[in-house]
Amino acid sequence: MSLRTIRLALWGLVIVAAGAIAAQQWVGREKTTETFRPDFALQDGNGQTYTMADFRGKFSLVFFGFTNCPDVCPTTMSEVAQVMDDLGEKADRVQPLFISIDPERDRRQGLTEYVAAFHPAILGLAGNDAATKDAADSFKVHFAREKDSSAPNGYTMSHSPGLFLIGPDGEWLRQFTYETPAAEIRAEIEERI
Amino acid sequence: MTMKGFALALGCAMLLPAIASADCVGVTAGDLTISKAWSRVTIGTQRPAVFYVEIRNAGKTDDRLIGIETPIAGMPMLHQTVIQDGVAAMPHAEAVDVPAGKTISLEPGGYHGMLMELTTALSEGQTFPITLTFEKAGAVEIDTLVLPMRAQEAQCDGAS
Repeated sequence: MSLRTIRLALWGLVIVAAGAIAAQQWVGREKTTETFRPDFALQDGNGQTYTMADFRGKFSLVFFGFTNCPDVCPTTMSEVAQVMDDLGEKADRVQPLFISIDPERDRRQGLTEYVAAFHPAILGLAGNDAATKDAADSFKVHFAREKDSSAPNGYTMSHSPGLFLIGPDGEWLRQFTYETPAAEIRAEIEERI
Repeated sequence: MTMKGFALALGCAMLLPAIASADCVGVTAGDLTISKAWSRVTIGTQRPAVFYVEIRNAGKTDDRLIGIETPIAGMPMLHQTVIQDGVAAMPHAEAVDVPAGKTISLEPGGYHGMLMELTTALSEGQTFPITLTFEKAGAVEIDTLVLPMRAQEAQCDGAS
């Protein structure tokens, strides 16, 4: 085999490898730009029904939680409150939502005053069981009620603890995993605004 | 800002150092030092309160936190937040290991005390006693400071 043949063969490999990388990135790009428009029909404390259409034009920061949750939920709502404070004047472009996955108990114990204790901008929503399940499915969020004798009323909830950023047209933008610092969330939102 | 508002803000600001150091006093039991005990404000008594604390084991033998008790809750328990495959659950923890030479924390996102069946609502700045029971060191009581709803950690500034 001549040197020239080897060189040609190697160049051939380079082209194949470059093609493979480009193809992979193209597929990856497709994946990350793939979006969807989650939706729900849930009530606030006054019984008024909201859907995602009510928040068009704003960014929505959505959390699924329950008010008997002593650790993850207050921690996350505190982060959301910090984000809203730090956004300053831009805060009116952002609507934080707390969607109850334990709607019956949360309504009974007062969802509105709970979310207001963190920040007045946060809207607490709680529907019936079917509407709650639909909302969670729409956001691709998992939650389950689990029997637990060591929890209040004998049950607790397991749930996806992430925060979801929804764009002004209702499009799903991204998830912030649990314990993402408020500064990071704020920076991302400011960049998009 | 009005003068009255300013005076109020100034008053609050001057109060801060006093409040901030209140929960940082550590108590000891044998080789264990327990400090930074804090909780969050509650709205009423229906929902559980939380309890966080730091435990340092300066000794050569492992110990374990096996229970908590407080007069302000009928059902205090140790729990652990576990996030697995993107789902957060909060199983009951039988005990929290306190290995020799280590400092462990009950802190947001990890182990925490869950204070159920509250006998009183917790308001900012108040303190309440909690008795921690260790397998070897026995029982030790610490004052727990109630911090604002949005608190994320003990407000100590390295005082302990």
